[in-house]
Amino acid sequence: MIDVSTQTAPLTRKDFVSDQEVRWCPGCGDYAILAQVQKILPSLGIPKENILFISGIGCSSRFPYYMNTYGFHSIHGRASALASGAKIANPNLSVWVVTGDGDSMSIGGNHFIHVLRRNIDLNILMFNNRIYGLTKGQYSPTSELGKITKSTPMGSLDYPFNPPALALGAGGTFIARAIDRDQHASSEILQRAASHKGTSFVEYYQNCLIFNDGAFASLTEKDSKDDTVLHLVHQQPMVFGKENNKGLRLVGSQFEIIELGSEFGINDVLVHDENNKNLAILLSELTYNPVLPTPVGIFYVKNTSTYENMVTEQIEQAIKIKGEGDLNSLFNSGGTWVVE
Amino acid sequence: MSEIKRKITELTDVTIRFAGDSGDGMQLTGTQFSDNTAIFGNDLATFPDYPAEIRAPAGSLAGVSSFQIQFSKRDIHTPGDELDVLVAMNPAALKVHMGDVKVHGMIIINDANFTKRNLQLAGYNSNPVEDGTLNNYRVINVDMTRLVTFATEDIDLTSKLVARSSNMFALGLVYWLYGRKFDNTVKFIKKKFSKNPDIAEANVRALIAGFNYGETLEVIKTSYHVSKATFEPGTYRNIMGNMAVAFGFLTASQNSGLELFYGGYPITPASDILHYLSSYKNFHVKTFQAEDEIAGVVSAIGAAYAGNLAVTATSGPGMALKTEAIGLAVITELPIVIVNVQRGGPSTGLPTKTEQSDLLQAMWGRHGEAPCVVMAANSPADCFEASYEACRIAVKYMIPVILLTDGYIANGSEPWRIPDVNSLKKITTTRVTKSDGFEPYDHSSDVLARPWAIPGTPGLEHRVGGLEKSDGSGNVSHNPQNHHYMVQLRQNKVDIIAKDIPNEVPYGDTSGDLLVLGWGGTKGALRSAVNRARENGKSVSHIHLRYLNPLPNNLGELLLKFKKVLIPELNMGQLATIIRAKYLVETISFSKLQGKPFTTTEVYQRIITEIGG
Repeated sequence: MIDVSTQTAPLTRKDFVSDQEVRWCPGCGDYAILAQVQKILPSLGIPKENILFISGIGCSSRFPYYMNTYGFHSIHGRASALASGAKIANPNLSVWVVTGDGDSMSIGGNHFIHVLRRNIDLNILMFNNRIYGLTKGQYSPTSELGKITKSTPMGSLDYPFNPPALALGAGGTFIARAIDRDQHASSEILQRAASHKGTSFVEYYQNCLIFNDGAFASLTEKDSKDDTVLHLVHQQPMVFGKENNKGLRLVGSQFEIIELGSEFGINDVLVHDENNKNLAILLSELTYNPVLPTPVGIFYVKNTSTYENMVTEQIEQAIKIKGEGDLNSLFNSGGTWVVE
Repeated sequence: MSEIKRKITELTDVTIRFAGDSGDGMQLTGTQFSDNTAIFGNDLATFPDYPAEIRAPAGSLAGVSSFQIQFSKRDIHTPGDELDVLVAMNPAALKVHMGDVKVHGMIIINDANFTKRNLQLAGYNSNPVEDGTLNNYRVINVDMTRLVTFATEDIDLTSKLVARSSNMFALGLVYWLYGRKFDNTVKFIKKKFSKNPDIAEANVRALIAGFNYGETLEVIKTSYHVSKATFEPGTYRNIMGNMAVAFGFLTASQNSGLELFYGGYPITPASDILHYLSSYKNFHVKTFQAEDEIAGVVSAIGAAYAGNLAVTATSGPGMALKTEAIGLAVITELPIVIVNVQRGGPSTGLPTKTEQSDLLQAMWGRHGEAPCVVMAANSPADCFEASYEACRIAVKYMIPVILLTDGYIANGSEPWRIPDVNSLKKITTTRVTKSDGFEPYDHSSDVLARPWAIPGTPGLEHRVGGLEKSDGSGNVSHNPQNHHYMVQLRQNKVDIIAKDIPNEVPYGDTSGDLLVLGWGGTKGALRSAVNRARENGKSVSHIHLRYLNPLPNNLGELLLKFKKVLIPELNMGQLATIIRAKYLVETISFSKLQGKPFTTTEVYQRIITEIGG
């Protein structure tokens, strides 16, 4: 195991910029996310050499080449499996997984659900543009039903995955959503994700200018976003709207929009509790709701043992019980005989 | 009681097969006999053979499970061809196996299970014990279940549980027959059933009842003695191939100072490697039971990048799933060891039966030009040295190594001389810590290995990945000349290893009428057949390959010194294909695809066919 060396000079954003030319399409949402990540990393106080970015395949997965940290651009869908091995091998590393909706929801779906249930301390950033970009424009597992693409000229026939709901179902312990163009909210989400001990899953709504432009326009355009985005803040009422004049309340298990004014006051608005899984499940179901606002922020957090910590504990326990492994005594255990 | 006069006959070697229903405990019985035989000091080789179903229908032919052992005072290489003794716990076991018993060989039968229904299930119209079918054999027909019931009547157990101790009766009887002591097995039983003393007691009594049955009754007039074999001095234990693989990994981990990471997914017949390693956590071993075969190897690649000694094990179907990721290990030049415990294929094939049909997959089963080192272990004990060597090569050359074993040697056992771990080849790595002049894809070293710069090391931050990289800097490169160069370089990395492996020395003579060329788990049968041919004055020699990629440097010239080259393989001629392609020599392929190892006799007969009697 490698010791964490103490940091001497404070790092800046520039320390995390590699010498490689960034080659995403001009205007791609990936640029904004790259900048946000490079901006928050110095604030984490983690030495650069202890940071490892791992990706799969897709536009987003070029990410590690642009980071001046350790990095591994792996194969399609397998980033979280590769990251699991690296993190278990060296728990001192801060391991980040950069993936896309095709990479992690389709070809890597199995690894995605299993890494979440194991709660390995990884930070998974899933760039969700609801399209296959690198293969030039086929529908993805998060594309809306009826999506017209090159591979679905008459419209796609499969219902999309709902990523936060899938992650909650898989037993995820940190589930959040960010938007590429919302730098302020994203920075905080990234910092929280980094500090969470366990698998952090951040779904990043990311615009693909070429093949799915405007997929999230209503959530990012100035004149609509206040009415369409619900910023989740722990222990704060779920209000939204230009004047913060709208709120959500629960009637039975259904959300309802209330106008704050004469009939309803702030105390009638549901308060977000990021430790309430039932609430998180209900919120995740707003993902494709055409009427209610789309939640952005941290849906759910649960603090519990990480997989790699339990691995370490078992090793320590085994040593305590059996003593440090000794090959000679192992080989000579069981029936042996001596030939003179 | 009158004194019984008994003869003790001295024998050179004996082959016994214990056979019964899957639930009859034949594997345990055979293992106990083997361990005791090993401690006694005979050389031995074993062959467990069991159905793919956990519990096939009771009494059916499909449900027969068996365990064969040959033991000897000589150096032996196989579990034996024909049986001296068959223990048949039910009619199905008799039906399946009696064809392998020598004429006048002994058949021990548990009469209790020869009921009308069981006879029908086995396809017998009449009872073979009574109708003369077994006239050419020496039959010992005992109602073991009834005798065990008498012996345990004061123990409060159901008749079903009592009946399940009958295997120990059979074992006790065979112990008596070969003059063995039963103390070790009594110890074993008491430990195994420590939580259930009644069951332990019933089993011990059954064992002793079986032993005493031999001692007391006149039916058996002779017992046998097989003297100790001559071994090289040292301390020995009995070992199975999968355990030896696990030991090899552990030793490589200790000798290299690299923590061992095992990522894998359960698959027959490789799972035992995972089981063993997961019980060695006090050696700082990390075992990761992944969600699938792909995650098994990919997690190992991640662990290798992070600086562990990273290994995985699987069998054919899992190997197919891992191929894309092995290509990633090739292009990122990371050291991993992939063990393929081969089984009958294609597809699910014969999960519990042996085969050697994944050689070409190991050689060329990846997209693109993706050469790996390919090695094979040739016996249960040899799996130790082979897996250690696979690790040594992987980390020295920064390259994935595929180690082929098979179901036969993985589950078979033989005596293993416990090595002095300090005397094994030293393991070196290309680990770097200094940033001066560091380039992640620097191939300037003699062995062409790139530096192993482990995350956590300051100043060596770098990126690797599946896209083609520029030699030296490791930056993504689509440059045509660079790609050609890198493809050639990755091949050269394999080829250069030929300098680090021993030249072949044929067993027998360096030239002659026939060379038997083999690889992997067939070594025992091939060596025994060659020995038999040589004893009969034939000019036959043997080369058994450990390294298949690269091949030993002198193999080509050796092949030319024999008039004929016979290549017996448990496949359609995969090594033969490689040998013809590489050396342009004529070869004779001898294939067997029955899910079973070669017998000495069938290889011997083929040798004689080729060179004339």
